[in-house]
Formats: sequence, structure tokens, C-alpha cells
Amino acid sequence: MKSLMNIWRRMRKSRASLLSGSILIGILVVAIVGPMISPHDYLQTNFDELLQRPATSGFRFFGTDGLGRDLFVRSMLGVQVTMLVAIVASVVSLVIGVAYGAVAGYVGGRVDAVMMRFVDTLYALPFIFFVILLMVAFERNFLLIFVAIGAINWLDMARIVRGQTLSLREREFVAAARLSGVSTARIIFRHIAPNLVGVVIVYVTLTIPQAILVESFLSFLGLGIQEPQTSLGALVDAGVNQMEGASWMLLIPAALLAVILLCFNFLGDAMRDVFDAKDAQ
Amino acid sequence: MLRYALLRLLGAIPTLMLVIVLAFLMVHAAPGGPFDDERVLPPETRAALEAAYDLDEPLHQQLKAYLSRLVQGDMGPSYRYRDHTVSELIGNAFPVSLKLGAMAMLLAVVVGVAAGSSAALRRNTLMDRAIMVLAMTGISIPVFVIAPVLVLFLAVNLNWLPAGWSGNEGAARFVLPVIALALPQIAYIARLTRASMIDVLASDFVRTARAQGLGTSAIIRYHALKPAMLPVLSYMGPAIAAVLTGSVVVEEIFGIPGLGQFFVRAALNRDYTLVLGIVIFYATLVVLLNLVVDLLYSAIDPRIRHR
Repeated sequence: MKSLMNIWRRMRKSRASLLSGSILIGILVVAIVGPMISPHDYLQTNFDELLQRPATSGFRFFGTDGLGRDLFVRSMLGVQVTMLVAIVASVVSLVIGVAYGAVAGYVGGRVDAVMMRFVDTLYALPFIFFVILLMVAFERNFLLIFVAIGAINWLDMARIVRGQTLSLREREFVAAARLSGVSTARIIFRHIAPNLVGVVIVYVTLTIPQAILVESFLSFLGLGIQEPQTSLGALVDAGVNQMEGASWMLLIPAALLAVILLCFNFLGDAMRDVFDAKDAQ
Repeated sequence: MLRYALLRLLGAIPTLMLVIVLAFLMVHAAPGGPFDDERVLPPETRAALEAAYDLDEPLHQQLKAYLSRLVQGDMGPSYRYRDHTVSELIGNAFPVSLKLGAMAMLLAVVVGVAAGSSAALRRNTLMDRAIMVLAMTGISIPVFVIAPVLVLFLAVNLNWLPAGWSGNEGAARFVLPVIALALPQIAYIARLTRASMIDVLASDFVRTARAQGLGTSAIIRYHALKPAMLPVLSYMGPAIAAVLTGSVVVEEIFGIPGLGQFFVRAALNRDYTLVLGIVIFYATLVVLLNLVVDLLYSAIDPRIRHR
């Protein structure tokens, strides 16, 4: 917990990360509150108001799409879905990565060598094609998207956690636990894992944009979130088809996606710098 | 060197086997067969079709048969395009993707290294910061956002370049797809080059060269560039995978009849043999290109070989 406070204290000094964080929180708040106060519904089609330009009157901030559905509500729903998928996927990758990395790092020796060789092997694969294969092979449901995306992103986490565990393993409190007869599994999960919180939080911030990218990539190709549900990737896809007459349908979701990804990357970069600086001391 | 190369080549075989078996099992675990159309087939026709494609055999038999055909370069017939074999389809579609990908990689390396080096040389100036913010933007914005926005502004609004593939001839139709594909890689390479160039410029041998009166451009060209390129070279593996992935999107957006577009069509059509064939093809390509990158790396940096 102390390391968390340290990270926060340093983060506060970096303007870029504060700005990114505020923008992200702002977008999230609008994405949750916006659809609640808007008079429009994300499903409601309206054939008198097809492809309306964005306007301030009548709560049509982002205009409407080719079926007359309100694009503001749909975009905000897209933000919600995209964020949800990304966060759950990151948690999946966190759990797999931390467990894998901590075991490899703590057990060490031949087990470590084999486990990390396996990670190296997986690194060499074009994973996205396997995700597409997975989406083809099974029904396209929400849960599977989470798992599939999480299953790609754990490799970095595993490597970093392993590195940290290697150094934690030599510390006195681990030796003390071992001497007093605590089992290996308990040492890993009760003594080592809590000390990984700092580094894990930093890398989750970098995993979230990757998960967003994969989700919107799949949705863009029509393999992810299905109509009438939507995500930012699906909205960009719909916008591409309408861009000659209704450029806002492309530009608005594209800009939202770009801003969200940019903010997460700035935030993650700043956090990593803070963490590396702390590590070096 | 030869021994190292052979060892690495042998090491790639289990990886490839893993890929093939995993992909095969995933495709065959899928609910719903390739003949589940809207049109319901009579049971006899269905049985005959399944027998023709060996789908009535037990799974391990099918895998064995698939593998033994695969080593002969035969990936079976496509379920959808019934007159063509998967190998034929890949052979027809891949050259376009290869051209696109190779041009994008070349552009990415040239522009990325130039931008990264000039940022490193002007460290902490306005230009350095501008390049780095641009690079961060380039990394963050996905290809499927960059590509349509480029089309909207440069092709639809300004009408400078063709928006699509078909109906256009010559080099102009390559410009937008290649730029869209290269931009994120330019950004990554610029960041990598800047970081490693800063390290190298601070090293002793550069200081010595400078003390001997060598100019900045000569130092960069003869002393700093080669060691600074090592991280960029080791990034080539992931870059190749990213360009292949990006190519799927770019081909879809511009309507380019390459392998990426085929892959998406096959995935949406549940053309199992074609999807499987393309995944295996891509994976083999990536594993082999990674091997080439590793060998190049060890050729440049002898420390790797002797470890």
C-alpha cells in the first residue's frame, strides 16, 4: 500500500498524466450519465430523422445514424462497452499473468526455464489470428471476447511479474516464511503476490489500451460486439460505410476511440516512468 | 554461425507443430459444420459431403490425414469456393499483401529511424517534444481509425488520391494503404530509435570520436547508427506481426484483394479449411521471419551467438 501512495505522489506532479486521467474520468462520467438524461434510446429508430447532422437542439449532439438512431447515446454506450470489455479482459490477463509469472519466478530452475520458453514461443505467434479463429469456432458472446482478449495480453505481465518475483524471493521475509514451514503455494499467493501490487497496477494501465484495441479491431471486422449492441469499433465500422455523406458518423467515434487510447497510453507511460525511477533508487 | 542457425531452425519446429495442432483442434471443436446453410440438405447428401471431406472420421485420424497432406503443401479444398484449393487461394492472394507489407515496413524503418535520430540529436528541444507527441499519437491511434480518416480527407474531400483499389491503376492506389499501415510502426520505431540513440551518443566511443574531431553526421553514420539499430532490429519481429494484422484492416477498408481480406471473408463465412490454412500460413510466416530477424541480429552482434 505504501508503494501505491508513492506512485500517486509522483503522478500528481506530472501534468500529462493528470490531464489524461481527468479526460478519461470526464469521458467515463459523460458516458454513464449521458444516456440516462438523454431523451433518446440507443435502439429507437426514427425514419423522419435519418442521418441528421450534429446539433445542440433536441439533444442531438452527435447527430443520428442511417437508421435515425441517436448517435450520442450510441457512442456513449459504445464507450461503456469498450471500457467494460477492456477492464474485464485486463483482469483476466492480470490473473493469468501474475499466477504464471509468480510461480515461474518463485520455483525457478528448470521449471522457470520451461515456463518462460513457452512464453517466448507464444510471443512469436500472431495472436490476433487465433482470436479470430476462436471467434469463428465458438458462438460470439461477450464472455468469450473477454477471455480471448485476456488470453493474449498476459504474456507481458507474466514476464514482468517473474522478474519482480526473482528479486523478492531472496528477501528475508520470504526466507522467514519458508523456515517457519509455510507451503510454497501460500508463500507465492500470500507473501509474494501482495508485494507485486505496484508493478501490476502500472502494467494494467498499459494493458487496458491494448485490450481496447483488440476489442475494437474485432468489432470493426464484424467479429466482436453484435448489433444492436455496439462498441466504438463497431461504430467506426458503421461510420466508414457512411463517410461520404455523413462524415460525423466516422469522425466522432474515431475521435473518442483515439482520445481514450491516447490518454491511457500517456497515463501508463507516466506511471512506468515513475515506477522505473522508484525501482532505480 | 551455421550451427546457431541450424539450432534455431530446429527450435522453430515444435512452435509450428503447436500452432498447427492448436489451430486444427480449435476449428474442429466449433459447433456447427461447414454445411450448415440456410438451405437444409437431405441427410444422404449431407453424409456424402461429410464423407467426401473426411469429416466422418475420428478426430485424431483427421489430424493425421491433415498433417500428412500439409507436409506436401496440400491444405485441402475450400468449403466455400469449392472449385479452388486453399493453397491456390493463398497463392493468389498473398503477393498483393506481401507487396503492401514490404512497402509499409520499408517506409516505417526509413522514416522512423530518421525521425527518432533527429529527435535524439535535438534532445529536449521543441522539435524533440513535437516528434515524441506525434509518435505517441501514432502508437495510440489504431489502423482502422487512421485509414478511413485519411480516405475521408485526402481522397473524398480533397480528391488527391484514389480511395479504393479496383478501377484504379498504378502506384497511386498504393499510397494511402501503405501510409495507413506504416504510421503506427513509424511511431514505434521513432521512439525506439530515439531512446537507443540517446544511450549510444552518451557512450565512451562516441565521446572519443568527438574528441578526435569527427563531425556529428560522421559520428552518426560511422559509429552510432549501427549499435543504435539493435533494438529496432529486435522490434522487427513484432512489427511484422503488427503489419500483417494491420493489413487485414487496410485490405478490408480499401477493398484490396489480398490475404487479409480473404481471411476476414473466410472467418465470416465459416470457411473452416480456408481459415485454418491462412492461420497456419501466417503463423509459419511470422515464425520464419522472426528466425531471420534473430539470425540477422546475431550476425550484427556477435555477443548473442557466443552466449
